[in-house]
Amino acid sequence: MPTLTINGIEVQVEKGTTVLEAARFLGIPIPTLCHDDGLVPYGACRLCLVEVSNGRKQTLQASCCLPAEDGLKVLTHSARVERARRLLVEMYVAVCPSSKRIQDMASAMGVRQVRYQAKHETCIQCGLCVRTCEQQMMAGAIGFSGRGLNRSVSRPFDMTSELCRQCGACLYVCPVCESRCQGPQAESTLCNGCLNISTVCFQSYDNAMCFLEPCHACEIGGPFRADVQVKPRSKDFTRIGEK
Amino acid sequence: MLKLKSPYEIKELQLCLEASETARPCISVCDGSGCKASGADNVIKSLRAELDKRGLQGTIDLKSTGCHGFCEKGPVMIVWPEKVFYNGVSLSDAKDIVNSVSNGHKPVERLLYKDPATGERILHEHDVPFYARQQRILFGNNGKLDPKDIRDYIKVGGYSALGKALTDFSPEQVVEAVKRSGLRGRGGAGFPTGVKWEALRNSAVRPRYIVCNADEGDPGAFMDRSLLEGNPHSVIEGIIIGAYALEAKEAYVYVRAEYPLAVEHLTVAIQQAEKAGLLGDNILGSKMSFRIHLVQGAGAFVCGEETALLASIEGRVGEPHPRPPYPVQKGLWGKPTVINNVKTWASVPVIINKGADWYASIGTERSKGTMVFSLVGKINNTGLVEVPMGITLREMIYEIGGGIPKGKKLKAIQIGGPSGGCIPASMIDLPIDYEALTQAGSMMGSGGMVVMDEDTCMVDVARYFMEFLEEESCGKCFPCREGTQQMKGILNRIAQGKGEESDLELLDDAGWMIKETSLCGLGQTAPNPVLSTLRYFRDEYEAHIRDKKCPAKVCRELIVYQIDETICDGCHACVRVCASEAILGEKDKAHEIESAKCIKCGACLEVCQPKAVLVH
Ligand SMILES: Cc1cc2nc3c(=O)[nH]c(=O)nc-3n(C[C@H](O)[C@H](O)[C@H](O)COP(=O)(O)O)c2cc1C
Ligand code: SF4
Ligand code: SF4
Ligand code: SF4
Ligand code: SF4
Ligand code: FES
Ligand code: FES
Repeated sequence: MPTLTINGIEVQVEKGTTVLEAARFLGIPIPTLCHDDGLVPYGACRLCLVEVSNGRKQTLQASCCLPAEDGLKVLTHSARVERARRLLVEMYVAVCPSSKRIQDMASAMGVRQVRYQAKHETCIQCGLCVRTCEQQMMAGAIGFSGRGLNRSVSRPFDMTSELCRQCGACLYVCPVCESRCQGPQAESTLCNGCLNISTVCFQSYDNAMCFLEPCHACEIGGPFRADVQVKPRSKDFTRIGEK
Repeated sequence: MLKLKSPYEIKELQLCLEASETARPCISVCDGSGCKASGADNVIKSLRAELDKRGLQGTIDLKSTGCHGFCEKGPVMIVWPEKVFYNGVSLSDAKDIVNSVSNGHKPVERLLYKDPATGERILHEHDVPFYARQQRILFGNNGKLDPKDIRDYIKVGGYSALGKALTDFSPEQVVEAVKRSGLRGRGGAGFPTGVKWEALRNSAVRPRYIVCNADEGDPGAFMDRSLLEGNPHSVIEGIIIGAYALEAKEAYVYVRAEYPLAVEHLTVAIQQAEKAGLLGDNILGSKMSFRIHLVQGAGAFVCGEETALLASIEGRVGEPHPRPPYPVQKGLWGKPTVINNVKTWASVPVIINKGADWYASIGTERSKGTMVFSLVGKINNTGLVEVPMGITLREMIYEIGGGIPKGKKLKAIQIGGPSGGCIPASMIDLPIDYEALTQAGSMMGSGGMVVMDEDTCMVDVARYFMEFLEEESCGKCFPCREGTQQMKGILNRIAQGKGEESDLELLDDAGWMIKETSLCGLGQTAPNPVLSTLRYFRDEYEAHIRDKKCPAKVCRELIVYQIDETICDGCHACVRVCASEAILGEKDKAHEIESAKCIKCGACLEVCQPKAVLVH
């Protein structure tokens, strides 16, 4: 069983474990966008980067794809990692400001400005949908086509494939399809709003599926918006879509 | 050809071939891609016709060979045994050449190379300054042999290294020799080849595979192609020695489909090697069996990246995968695989033949042996050069390259392919060395070397390379796909005079982030051209942003064409060439350019005799 050190903590894991899994086992949060337990790691979003030293060199590596090997020294939140992640998330917001997941990450990491041109893409090519469809739904109804900037998730012949069983799993896993966070700064790409108000839904967020409809907390807006009063939390508050 | 049944028979055959070599003179004409483009095929045809006409076919040999490196002066040829070097030959010269060879070898003066410095004609190839500073241990034989004839290769000592390895070396000793030689991969990253091989040998999993990377996707690079076209057996011999050392049974050579000549020569060479008992079962009478397969690549630049290349051989999408696992752990079809570049493989026979210590004596502390560059851009002698590591850029540019044309000043040298960094003229004494180049913000890469003169705008250069890399990004990982596009956008903005002061910091940040976070080598090096020009030519960026000026007068949006009315004699020449009818004026009176209409093509500048057209 390999033994590695994560943030100075020695941990022994089973062979075949990834560094991401080992870190999560220790309770260390590492942000991810293209990872999902139960799917083959893909290494495309690069957010799960950690600083790894193999004795000779210190490099940044995607922890979701990195096998936990004996003697690895891993830092999950070094200054270098945090800077890289922040700059990466800044670009994510610019490319896909409508993703609540991305906005939340930006907010949590303290990204306070977006200097890139906004692109409003509807996909960050995390490959979660493709892999879910192939590896969990055993359907293989969608895939990537094209290269570089023309690369996209697509269906064969751009028609709903006969292989698709309309299960909706691809929608469910997508970090972008969630409806847009209606932040208080409509004109800017960066939101920050939700984390600064006492949101109503965070406790039950996990099973609430609130992203299928605009979230009340987000709709209401935050303390930054002078024209909106933040409603106090109330017991009989119901989420849109919930009866 | 008969099957060779033991290493000893190679030696015998070589001696035999040497002995059979008559005193017959031989004209060996370069028929590499460069010389082909400048008409080598016709030269060969007319030489053959001339020989036929005079009934000299049996007295004078004619051979078409691979690239000699000096493509700029093509078609080139060497007349043996005097080794007279002719350049810029055309089909009308056939008669004089045959005349000279058949009548006492008085060289054809006008076809000899003329040293631009002294104006003197130079007789032999090795005295031409372009060749004098080179050390051509990989490419030296290109001018001597017909790539489609295995006997030519054996005659110059080919396959003797294989014989030596099989008789005098254990597989471990071969690996040890490669390790001791200090050879580093010539495909870009410069990983020590012996260490890679040793890592493979540490794996117990079988079978093991060998891959030769001949994808060569860099625009303007033609080193691997020239070697495969001109001396394919040297690569094959290296691979077979590797197979012996690594106990592999099969190898794949991944060649770019746009290299039909390389594919053809390689195919012929593999067939000949099979016939000669150098490939197949019981190689040279030993127990070793080994086969080489050829795979033609579809052509994307990123397919040269090793994990993408392996995926492509397996028939999957040619996109890179995270490493580890490295190919030596889990490569082709999940099996341990050693993948090396064409030149890396071709270096192996040299190391076995001349010894690891001899090889290690060439070069610097950590960069050993020779490196092949394609020298292009604003330089007098463009071509393929093979130099010992450690040689300085100054020697490269001024001695081998013959300096900058038209007396212009050197500004920068971009090294390492599309994602190499630009090194400023002030650092011209930098030695060619993996670490030195990386430290300077550039890289050895695959050996592209683009020379830039004072008329080059560094912002424009950065923009050009970023555009290429944006298009070549496979799009799998986010920072490379989106980052290259964002950086290109910012550079475009700056080049159009719409840049802001804060853009420089943003470029620095984005560049650093893309380098640190990208999945494969493409993204990890893509920002180099931008970061290096920001480092050495920041003032030029600032001029574009603050003064809205392009100092080199390249960026179209920032320059204006004007006519100096005190010089203009009203000849009307410019009016006739201006495609967008932007020039007004009566004949014999001063003309004027309507700047709103001017598309800045520079046509007027070229035709204006009294030089009245000015660019600001
Ligand atoms: C974008 C990209 C393109 C590459 N293209 C080539 C290539 O055309 N030829 C090559 O030999 N190596 C290329 N490489 C390097 C290979 O990944 C690999 O390192 C090399 O083939 C290993 O052989 P070596 O150790 O002999 O250099 C490329 C790498 C990257 C990241
Ligand atoms: S809905 Fe169709 S495409 Fe989506 S995961 Fe299910 S089967 Fe695949
Ligand atoms: S559609 Fe969604 S899940 Fe699929 S790749 Fe794009 S962002 Fe990822
Ligand atoms: S760095 Fe670029 S080329 Fe490499 S995997 Fe990522 S997107 Fe593809
Ligand atoms: S070509 Fe020169 S000299 Fe002649 S009209 Fe044009 S600007 Fe004047
Ligand atoms: S979670 Fe590791 S790269 Fe996306
Ligand atoms: S092709 Fe003839 S010298 Fe290069």
